[in-house]
Amino acid sequence: MNKILLIIKREYLTRVMKKSFLMVTFLVPVLFIGMMSLVVYLAVNQGGLGDVKKVQVVDESGWFANKLQSSKTIQYSFATDYAATKKTFVKNGYDYLLYVPVTMNKIQLFGESTPSVINSGKIEDELTRVARSRRLSEAHIDSAVLANAQTALTVEPKQIGENGETDANVMAKYGIGLVCAFLIYISLFLYGAQVMRGVIEEKVSRIIEVMISSVKPFQLMLGKIIGVGMVGLTQFVLWIVLTAVLSTAAGSAVGSKMAAMQQVQTAQQVPGVKTAMTANADKMEHNKVAAVIHSFESLPIAQIVLCFLFYFTFGYLLYSALFAAVGSAVDNETETQQFMLPVTMPLIFTIILSQSVIVNNPDSALSVWLSMIPFTSPIAMMIRIPFGVPPLQIAASMVLMVLGFLFTTWVAARIYRVGILMYGKKASYKELAKWFMYKE
Amino acid sequence: MISIRNIVKEYAGHRALSGVSMEIEKGKVFGLLGPNGAGKTSLIRIINQITAPDSGEVLFNGEKLNQHHIAQIGYLPEERGLYKKMEIGEQIVYLAQLKGLSQAEAKLRARKWFKKLEIESWWKKKIEELSKGMQQKAQFVATVIHEPELIILDEPFTGFDPVNAEIIKNEILELNRNGATIIFSTHRMESVEELCDSITLLNLSHKILDGKVKEIRNQFRTGTYIIEYEGQGVQVSSDAPFTALSETIADDHTQLKLRIKEGRKVNDLLHYMLPLSNISKFEEVIPTMNEIFIQAVSKQR
Repeated sequence: MNKILLIIKREYLTRVMKKSFLMVTFLVPVLFIGMMSLVVYLAVNQGGLGDVKKVQVVDESGWFANKLQSSKTIQYSFATDYAATKKTFVKNGYDYLLYVPVTMNKIQLFGESTPSVINSGKIEDELTRVARSRRLSEAHIDSAVLANAQTALTVEPKQIGENGETDANVMAKYGIGLVCAFLIYISLFLYGAQVMRGVIEEKVSRIIEVMISSVKPFQLMLGKIIGVGMVGLTQFVLWIVLTAVLSTAAGSAVGSKMAAMQQVQTAQQVPGVKTAMTANADKMEHNKVAAVIHSFESLPIAQIVLCFLFYFTFGYLLYSALFAAVGSAVDNETETQQFMLPVTMPLIFTIILSQSVIVNNPDSALSVWLSMIPFTSPIAMMIRIPFGVPPLQIAASMVLMVLGFLFTTWVAARIYRVGILMYGKKASYKELAKWFMYKE
Repeated sequence: MISIRNIVKEYAGHRALSGVSMEIEKGKVFGLLGPNGAGKTSLIRIINQITAPDSGEVLFNGEKLNQHHIAQIGYLPEERGLYKKMEIGEQIVYLAQLKGLSQAEAKLRARKWFKKLEIESWWKKKIEELSKGMQQKAQFVATVIHEPELIILDEPFTGFDPVNAEIIKNEILELNRNGATIIFSTHRMESVEELCDSITLLNLSHKILDGKVKEIRNQFRTGTYIIEYEGQGVQVSSDAPFTALSETIADDHTQLKLRIKEGRKVNDLLHYMLPLSNISKFEEVIPTMNEIFIQAVSKQR
């Protein structure tokens, strides 16, 4: 027991003290936050990058002249002579020429380069808005009345259980389930591979025989697995803490910027149909967000967290034992390919299914089975948990998970103890089976 | 110290040891010899409890081998190495702790050994920054730091230059004088004659020879002698008590290699030669361990 602790300590400390560990631990949140901030900044502040498209408009229909409103990214100006403008608009510094013929049946957008989908979409929207507003007024419909008439209703999903009704917003469940499943998926690969590399390192550096003259192979394997697992936990905790700290800081910076932007935008808007519609859309958006936040509160958070920890731990233990066995069977990392596929298959299979089948139909037979099989349950169950899983199923899945962990570790240890002493022999599956059968 | 009884070990269709028995006496240097693939490493791994035999048993001081004996064995494998990215001092302490020393004790002893082998200034260096010889020294320290009763050395001198090999040899002998039993596995015979009290020779999974080095060499005596005399060409008649094997003449000396005939004695030989020549040198040719090794192994083939 004492020896396992020593091994855990070494495996943990040598990894945590590495420069690369510190780099990754600190850089990932910085990059993550940086990227998110950039995305938000760009979305809010598109015009700020100076990417303004100037559009020369030739309107022969008389509907749009001087009515198209310039936005932060697109500026309209108007001309009358189609043929002349077509020749000169590029020279005059315009990006596009928008040509509206009298009949309006063939509106064209010319440019030196092909206009992007986003830009032509924006122009289309603006044309539509102007045209619609004109048609409405021609039909003597008050735009305020119209705005009022455009009602959006939301359905509030409720789940009836033993504790009465609970909110059952699907969005939040989608989100939390997928995030948990992805975290487990990524960390299984990340830290499982570290275990494998550690085993290969011991083989390649030939220290293995010295080690197992002092400790049993199983102790060495277990010590390594637990040590690396603790490295993983440390990294995760640090990531969460750092991300929280950084995002608060970044959030306040970006937030104030956003508020300023919005004020400018509102000020620019001209009263009329658009404002009313936008306001309405905003309200709907706000309702949705509130609903999601509200339903997060109604999720069984404690259950999710406990299950996450359980499946994270046992999923890691199970898979890293397999990774250790793979590492023991090869002489260097390039040889791992042939054994990696069957180990990673169930994971990849489940994560693909989880985004479609499981998340959309968490109670289907397939979903239930996948959340029972130990190789797939860490991911499949995390998707299902937010939707509510009968306690009996959770218990069964957990028992199977523990049994599966014990079984795979036993199998892996039997391959490992022989594999670590084998050099130069190219291992095949037949060979692995033989190793497994060896007595002590 | 160690009794090995009837050990059989098989790896999938390949027999590594078939019914090998031997006794290793306390406080002696024991040579485990044999060509590559004879089963030496398999036997050593069994003594180290890295693998277990299919049948047979190993007794350590009369007790069946178990986990408690690990702390009393120091093992220097042929395939050796250390964690490349770890500092050397830290690593020795770690390995010593795994053998059951406390951290403080391990540090103290490691410092002492580093001083003795003059590698003190390397304490904080990583293994990958060290020369091969330096790594070997560190590895040797790791093998003996917990003062084991039994030290198993598999080809300990490979990777050492002659100077360092001598240093390590003297350390081994000193440990032996202080009471440690040493099992010494090698196929370099000259070091066997120098170091070992007794040997066992394995070949193709069988024990083919064992005993004290002196006795084995006596056992392999063939009654061959070398006689050197002044002058040249003594005519050997057919009634001489020996048969001449070879004759080399250099300047005014002749060296005659001969074998005594069955039933005749050394004195008969001298009686015969004395009147004929002026003898300057006379000695028995005792086969070297190397010759015995080759002879025994090729006989079995």
